[in-house]
Amino acid sequence: MKPFKALDYYAIDGLLSEEERLIRDTIRAFVSEQVLPRIEKHFREGTFPKELIPPLAELGTLGSSLQGYGCAGLGPVAYGLIMQELERGDSGLRSFVSVQGGLVMYPIHAFGSEEQKEKWLPAMARGEVIGCFGLTEPDFGSNPAGMLTHVVKKGDKYVLNGTKAWITNGTLADLAVVWAKLDGEVQGFLVEKGTPGFGSKDHEGKFSLRASVTSELFFQDCAIPVSNRLPKAEGLKAALACLNQARYGIAWGVMGSALAVFDEALEYAKTRIVFGKPVAGFQLQQRKLVWMATEITKGQLLCLQLGRLKEAAKATPQQVSMAKMNNCYVARECAKLGREILGANGITDEYQVGRHLCNIESVYTYEGTHDVHTLIVGQDLTGIAAYS
Amino acid sequence: MKIAVCIKQVPDTETKVRIAADGRSLDETGVTFVVSPYDEIAVEEGLRIKEKRGGEVVAFSVGDERVSTSLRTVLALGADRAVHLKDPAFENSDALGLSRILAAALKPEAFDLILFGKQAVGTDRGQLGPRVAELLDLPHVGVVVRLALEGDRFTAHREVEGAQEVMEGGLPVVLTAQKGLNEPRYASLKGILAAKKKEIKVLTIAELGLNPSMVGSAGARTRWEKLELPPARTAGKILKGMDPGEAARELVRLLREEAKVI
Repeated sequence: MKPFKALDYYAIDGLLSEEERLIRDTIRAFVSEQVLPRIEKHFREGTFPKELIPPLAELGTLGSSLQGYGCAGLGPVAYGLIMQELERGDSGLRSFVSVQGGLVMYPIHAFGSEEQKEKWLPAMARGEVIGCFGLTEPDFGSNPAGMLTHVVKKGDKYVLNGTKAWITNGTLADLAVVWAKLDGEVQGFLVEKGTPGFGSKDHEGKFSLRASVTSELFFQDCAIPVSNRLPKAEGLKAALACLNQARYGIAWGVMGSALAVFDEALEYAKTRIVFGKPVAGFQLQQRKLVWMATEITKGQLLCLQLGRLKEAAKATPQQVSMAKMNNCYVARECAKLGREILGANGITDEYQVGRHLCNIESVYTYEGTHDVHTLIVGQDLTGIAAYS
Repeated sequence: MKIAVCIKQVPDTETKVRIAADGRSLDETGVTFVVSPYDEIAVEEGLRIKEKRGGEVVAFSVGDERVSTSLRTVLALGADRAVHLKDPAFENSDALGLSRILAAALKPEAFDLILFGKQAVGTDRGQLGPRVAELLDLPHVGVVVRLALEGDRFTAHREVEGAQEVMEGGLPVVLTAQKGLNEPRYASLKGILAAKKKEIKVLTIAELGLNPSMVGSAGARTRWEKLELPPARTAGKILKGMDPGEAARELVRLLREEAKVI
């Protein structure tokens, strides 16, 4: 396979620090050498590449943006670049790292007690403990405030009842951060694997994110110690803060998917001969390539500026929504166009585009659908909420 | 254990090189530069020995400002400090000049082990290891694929045509690393962050006490006269419109008369 060449039409590389570039290049090499040679097989067989957990931990990718507790403490741009490179490999792999760091380690770090942080974060950074995040329910996706999962305090235990759905890493996880209502208010709880009354089961028959675990979690009179509540997580906004963190990573991540698809489509278009000339020599195909390149460039700049705002603690959740919304849309369109350029070859797993095409459907929808993010930005612009 | 690793920055092996207008150098626009792959193996070996036996790993490189990114990369992998040999007088040094610069920098530090890649990708001269060993009056083993240290003794396996030679000797020694010696690691994110705080010491010609006539163009015994890209491959020949027997006869004729291989 021809080595990957990342589009950088506007010399955006020059806007990165030497350290950010070195981090990006390290993860890029790791993905080329360790992820791509095995990912198609996992996708085909519907298995998660568990063998990549130790090297991902050794690199320091798990919880890389957190300070202390064995985490690297990277800035937002370096973190974003890691997400981009991992998703250049596979959205499922990026999802694994996103969930571990952004949705499990982050809330423990932000809302946990000192004991909880000491107990879980170093082990999670080492990849010895895998986490999952339970917010979405079978009947409550975009509207998490409606959740049915609830907790009742009984002596020194909390007793948990309810069901969570579409949980990345669900059956893989040793630890679940579960959001449930206590006296009507949403709170975060840590539930360990093996706790009586806690069960999980994988969603079967996925077209998308096949190299990633997606599960349902069941809680039936599941009793956990009161010390397992995240003490500083007050209300749904704590859960949404986690999502904000993860959505930021997704905005970068999907650019990786788009870069992979574009690189493959450009190379294919230049080398595949039809009617005696390369596919790239036809105006209709050039238009597709130009659209991809233009939108990827805009998406890259959106990410980078969002990252710099985040560095200065000035990024708003609505700005994160805009980037997640736009970049997932761009990546989704790029996958479709890339598939068109590859013709019939685009539907086999000899090429990457089909896998990205399927994966991006999940990414487009999870962590706030495209439509919900549109309405969040719409509300921000107009002052009028259009959700209901 | 004091270990030195000498590295060279080279164009990424995936780069399509172009020749500059002067016809004697590479056009560097759009070229990404990396640590030469054999040197990465040397770095890895140095780090593994340090991790086992303690001590420090010091990276050396000759070149202009650009080279500092490669030294930073080696620091990110785990080297303790780096020495950047940088002076306008060093420009256009040949292998002799480079070895004089490196030897002058290495000598005062009294290393137990000096590691090189077996050759730098690109120029593929493979001269620096043995030349530096000569200048420092140290033994040298090249193209090492296996290395064991025991006290102040080493055992090195080196590749020779169709076999392996086993060399034993005492430290200090100069070794050059061949593929197979180890599998180089990736820099960890923490390592990359830590690299920022490590020292890259710049040494100039004056600080090394070298005479300008011994290095750079002035000291060079060899010179790049001309660079040429390999000729473009001519299009292959396809035998069409024949039955298999006829095609086979024609193929044999071409192999005999045109290609002259049978």
